[in-house]
Amino acid sequence: MRGEVIRRARGGIAALVLVGLVVAPWVVDDYTTSILARTLALALVGVSVALLTGVAGMPTLGQTAPYAAGAYACAVVGSRVSDVGVVQLVVAAAAGALLAALTVPLVVHARGVIVLMITLAIGELVVIVLGRWRSVTGGTDGLAGIPAVRPFWGFPALASDQARYLYALVVVATLIGVVLVLLRTRAGLVLRAGRDDETRLRASGHRVAVHLSGAHIAAGAIAGAAGSLLVVAQQYISPADFGFDTSALLLLGVVIGGTASVGGALVGAALVIAVRDWLFGVLPGHAPLVLGALFVATVYLLPTGVNRARGRLRPRDAPAHEPVAHDQATVAEAHR
Amino acid sequence: MIAVAAGTNRIDPYLIPALDGVAYGLLVFVAASGLVFCFGVANILNLAHGLLYAIGGYTAAALLDGGWASLGLALAVGVLAAAAAGVLLAGLLTPVAAGNHLSQALLTFGVALAGGSLLVAGFGPDNPQVRVPAALEGSVMVAGHRYAAYRLVFIVVAAVLALALYLVVRRTRAGMLVRAAVDDPEMVACLGVSPARIRAGVLAAAGALAGAAGVLGAPIIGPGTGTADTVLLLSLVVVVLGGLGSMAGTLLAALAIGEIQTLGVALLPSAAPFLLFAAMAAVLAVRARGLAGRWRPA
Repeated sequence: MRGEVIRRARGGIAALVLVGLVVAPWVVDDYTTSILARTLALALVGVSVALLTGVAGMPTLGQTAPYAAGAYACAVVGSRVSDVGVVQLVVAAAAGALLAALTVPLVVHARGVIVLMITLAIGELVVIVLGRWRSVTGGTDGLAGIPAVRPFWGFPALASDQARYLYALVVVATLIGVVLVLLRTRAGLVLRAGRDDETRLRASGHRVAVHLSGAHIAAGAIAGAAGSLLVVAQQYISPADFGFDTSALLLLGVVIGGTASVGGALVGAALVIAVRDWLFGVLPGHAPLVLGALFVATVYLLPTGVNRARGRLRPRDAPAHEPVAHDQATVAEAHR
Repeated sequence: MIAVAAGTNRIDPYLIPALDGVAYGLLVFVAASGLVFCFGVANILNLAHGLLYAIGGYTAAALLDGGWASLGLALAVGVLAAAAAGVLLAGLLTPVAAGNHLSQALLTFGVALAGGSLLVAGFGPDNPQVRVPAALEGSVMVAGHRYAAYRLVFIVVAAVLALALYLVVRRTRAGMLVRAAVDDPEMVACLGVSPARIRAGVLAAAGALAGAAGVLGAPIIGPGTGTADTVLLLSLVVVVLGGLGSMAGTLLAALAIGEIQTLGVALLPSAAPFLLFAAMAAVLAVRARGLAGRWRPA
């Protein structure tokens, strides 16, 4: 009974948020609308982070890599080949998936902190490549003057900020719908099972590495599609859009949202990005200081989100009860 | 005459980059060894590690005035300041010590962000000049080439530092405790050594190493707004390539990264952006299976 009420309340809130997002561009000014469109793109990357971190149990700090690959692929295609949105989206998602597929051998056998380290290194190396490969990426200056996108063949180009925002909203909503449906299938179930008890899943004949690779590539495709939305929203990209702070912000947002929840990841990522943008607006000089303090405070203040994450990332042979002392947690983690 | 010069000295143009690579590699090794300790002993991904290096670098820039005494002072102050920052970080991590790696990593990232902002506020946004002792300012002849005297001395000092580190970890009681804590933290706790104290000690040692690297390496990777990120990334790549925890592996990986960044760029300028990436991908792909055993103890 209570579950029913909660489910209905959740559905109602989701519907309200969606309505709010649809009418938002007519309420706020153009600048805020374009910021909102960019936040939507980042929230979609946040969903891909949640997919890996919470659902598949591979915490990641490197989803900016496929995000960047998608964005640059979309920018190059948009400037030189086609201004049709669907084409750009498909190309961007393919680029993100390709990069993720190339990095699968690096991450699929690692777990825990090591995945964080490797993915962070991948993300940073991609940013370095973007800054130095001038002939394609324009170096640290980035790529500017990308023509406005047309959603389909024969449609007019999206000239206003409102139109571009609505395009981003439609794409994000569609992709999230697809993710939610996929998570309800057997594939989603197997992923969660591998996260909770990898040994048992392996023993019952499932190839965990194959499932994890699939999840990694799918998350890469989603992040790549988000990169295409960033290009649509900003019409300008540079390596600064894909820095290590973006990964950390998204991971914080996903942890706030409860790590495994798609809706939570959307809300958490959007919230964190909005706070960052707001801080850099009101405190130009000291924003990183305040943001850093907020990171520390959030980590201290997040018992539920963190506990849920801990339960999910808990090693498979750890005791079922909560560790009472820090040394026990260390022991449990060391036994992974 | 010209033909002879070209014939005998085919390796010649690459000697200086190769030597630079050794200096660079040893610097990265000293910086990365602190990250290895943090990761191996405390199981913490310390994203503030680059900040500890930057503290050393800024100290060097502020205190060095061209004399030997200032170098000693900068080294002492830089090491102490970075070690203190490490202890502070350990203190901040204590309340979430029972939490997961995610929250710990995010906390260290917050510290890195705030600390970087404080450094910029204190020392200004421009990259400061670093003055090495006047006696080392010139260049010396190495096999017929001029080479910066400071870098040559740095290679020797960093090699001594690496050797000392090896001896401390292998031969002293503190080193034994650290190695024991990597292998079996439970048993070390049973022996009456508090894990919290080991954590604080390890973060202080990591800070001291990064601070020393920051002061001594300031003329090579100088302090600036991007320093912390650069050092963190290089250290991460070295730690991952080095097989996570093995000292010899870390040293080899650091030297390889140094050579890739200098000699590799000199040999293959067009492929320069991808060399670091390619090296990591190649080593990891080849060793993925072997490393998996190490990464996931049974």
